[in-house]
Amino acid sequence: MLRLIGSFTVWASLALAVYGLIAGIVGVRTRNAALSRSARAASYTIFGLMTVSNLAMIAALVSHDFSVDYVARVGSRSTPLFFTVISLWSALEGSILFWGWVLAGYTAAALYFTKDRLGPMGAYANATMLGIGAFFYLLLVRPANPWGLVSPAPLDGPGPNPLLQNHPLMAVHPPFLYLGYVGMSVPFSFAIGALLSGRLDDAWVRASRKWTVFAWAMLSLAIMAGMWWSYEVLGWGGYWAWDPVENASFMPWLTATAFLHSVMVQERRDMLQVWNLSLVISTFLLTILGTFLTRSGVISSVHAFTEGTIGLYFLSFIAFVLIFSLALLAGRSSELRKHGHLDSMLSRETVFLVNNLLLTAFTFTVLLGTLFPLVAEAVRGVKVTVGAPFFNRMTVPIMVALLFLMGVGPMLPWRVANVEELKRKLLVPTLAMIVTLGTAVVLGMRDFWGLLAFAFAAFALSGNIQEYVRGTAARRRAQGGGWLRAFGGLINANPRRYGGYFAHIGLILAAIGITASTVFRVERQATLQVGESVTIGEYTVRFDGMRGQQEPQRFVVGANMTVFVDGRDVGTLFPRLNFYRMSAEPIATPAVRTRPDNDLYLTLLAFNEQDGSTATLSVIVEPLVGWIWVGGVMVTIGALFGIWPRRRAPAPVVSRKRTAGVA
Amino acid sequence: MNWKRVAMSFLFSLPVIGLLAFGLTRDPRTIDSPLPGRPAPDFTLPIFENGEGTVSLSELRGQVVVLNFFASWCLECRYEHAALAMASSMYRPQGVQFFAVLYNDTPEKGRRWIEQMGGQPYPALYDEGSRTAIDYGLYGVPETFIIDRNGLVVQKKIGPWSFDELTAAIDKALAIEAVDAPTDGPEAVKPTAAAVQGGAE
Repeated sequence: MLRLIGSFTVWASLALAVYGLIAGIVGVRTRNAALSRSARAASYTIFGLMTVSNLAMIAALVSHDFSVDYVARVGSRSTPLFFTVISLWSALEGSILFWGWVLAGYTAAALYFTKDRLGPMGAYANATMLGIGAFFYLLLVRPANPWGLVSPAPLDGPGPNPLLQNHPLMAVHPPFLYLGYVGMSVPFSFAIGALLSGRLDDAWVRASRKWTVFAWAMLSLAIMAGMWWSYEVLGWGGYWAWDPVENASFMPWLTATAFLHSVMVQERRDMLQVWNLSLVISTFLLTILGTFLTRSGVISSVHAFTEGTIGLYFLSFIAFVLIFSLALLAGRSSELRKHGHLDSMLSRETVFLVNNLLLTAFTFTVLLGTLFPLVAEAVRGVKVTVGAPFFNRMTVPIMVALLFLMGVGPMLPWRVANVEELKRKLLVPTLAMIVTLGTAVVLGMRDFWGLLAFAFAAFALSGNIQEYVRGTAARRRAQGGGWLRAFGGLINANPRRYGGYFAHIGLILAAIGITASTVFRVERQATLQVGESVTIGEYTVRFDGMRGQQEPQRFVVGANMTVFVDGRDVGTLFPRLNFYRMSAEPIATPAVRTRPDNDLYLTLLAFNEQDGSTATLSVIVEPLVGWIWVGGVMVTIGALFGIWPRRRAPAPVVSRKRTAGVA
Repeated sequence: MNWKRVAMSFLFSLPVIGLLAFGLTRDPRTIDSPLPGRPAPDFTLPIFENGEGTVSLSELRGQVVVLNFFASWCLECRYEHAALAMASSMYRPQGVQFFAVLYNDTPEKGRRWIEQMGGQPYPALYDEGSRTAIDYGLYGVPETFIIDRNGLVVQKKIGPWSFDELTAAIDKALAIEAVDAPTDGPEAVKPTAAAVQGGAE
């Protein structure tokens, strides 16, 4: 029954998407209002259908209906309910089903918030969304069909990939990733809508800006949650390995970040039209490319051997989108004349231009590193991978430069800076930079890029905080009242700007965390007898024996460890190995003690299987790792604060921008 | 529309698409296994279906062995089961021995699965604690090892077989002659294997 409902809903979604796509385009071309209305109705209906389809899948998973192909692949009677529900996105077919749901949601929401106010551009944008949708629903009925029949139904299934049922963060990371990834199709659709309808002013930019910020915020959170997950689960004490899966999520984030900045230049100064369209198109293409590159399952599963043809589908889709959107952009480029020009090198738009160049270079580097094995194999026929050293060498200088820009940008006004004003604003950040640099050198730090990163982080951090302080002081002088009221008034008067600075601060804190945990990481490995201990930094860790426990879906063996800080007992940690029934290798779960200044990270590597008298552990102390997670959350909060709907009149920025555009 | 630029953008897109298309023809899962060409790790496992007692690889020297790891929860195993069953009957006259090794599952479920699949003409073995799977460096199920008359792994296959693929692999193994007469006892395995490898160089 569930299988029939599920199959019907995806087929109906495909049919409606194709219908809506054609009806939408024909409707706008022939000015047939009824057709256009039916295209919009199709978008809403698809959302309903996909909602039913996803709920049906959850029901099938929860009721262990192993006659459903996807349930037979990822379900298991012994998996706890929570992990059963989230196994909706633990393998390829389910993740595409979920993707389809999110996409249908975005399509309906974008339509709901714009209605038919955007005219032909909106109609084309909706048609584009439906076109993307048609592709994903096609995947769901052909190569990634989760609703296939398994007959006779198996008695039990293998359960989701053990790595994916090991940590609750798996409930957080994928949905946010999809909200981010799929969200990028909204600005893409508005851009295509603008190009198709020939409405090349910045209407598409205004229509899509909030969507981009929202998708970007979700993607930021997803990347951070992914880092956190790999830190908490994979057991090597790291959070980023330049793995293709990670790069796939990072590249669109970089281009979207570039867009968020360059779009302000278009709004304020009427420049960079072609560039912004290119960024939006690239961002969307990179999300599809990322999915293509990691096609063998969201994370290559231990027992997923569906070679299938999904790669070919994705390739055809990428080829179509690439050729179609580039040709469209190239064909329209001569109509996209820019009106503005750079007034001064010393202005915010200059910083944004440099920022865009750096972010683009960054994207290309990551893309090159990710695709390099493929290029090498195509050209020389050998399998080569580039690995983390390449990425680190190439990208650390870019990241450090971006840190510096993050400090400079907010200090500079649009058009042209007043040198005296700039000097005043530079004073505190420069002092902070020098003091930080001096302190670090005196304390014995010699790592060149590490020093530079700390110095620029101090510069950028104080630069951004200074904007709040100066703004609040100015407002208090102008309007009176307390500091708190002035501060509240300030950020509410320009949420976009101060939300942005908040995101900057989050990113800077994350950068400090990344630098500190990389440069100052200390690691030891030790084999301990019961009662023995190992000391690392201020920590002493004592091994008190092994403990085993049977859980429904796995058998867990762990080491009881007591932690002492400077001789004082501060509690116990339980690093463990999980034995899942369908996995030959145990999956380690590290035990982490997170504190603001550093993390103590214990991984159980091996133990005496006869009597549990010895345990081999990896003990890592990593400073400031927690700052990365806090920073990541701040980035998201800052971005969302900037677009949060408010019930007051829009800030006067909008009208100023219009006049600037008519030069 | 500026058609010259449209054409240029088209030319720019082609190499990118070509590269990705090339990537599609590669299989990222072809991981080099140290096993092919090496002696197959020995095992002694109890039969839980289609036979009794135990099976030791070392006693099968001089015969081609098809060792297929499977599980009742594995969907791909269903797809290759018919091919394996058919091939096992076809090659019985030539002395090819087929064994199914149950991976991370209970014999009871394995037995019911075999029944569901319409039975199978060759024995199923129970690998308690996955010791043998670990010895063979199992990547997942289904996974199959074809072992020649000298006890060397000729081919390892991750994922389900098609019938043609399977028979081609078995024919290849059958074409390899026994270098040494089979001796009794696992002690003889290593010297023989060394002799084979030495001779091949």
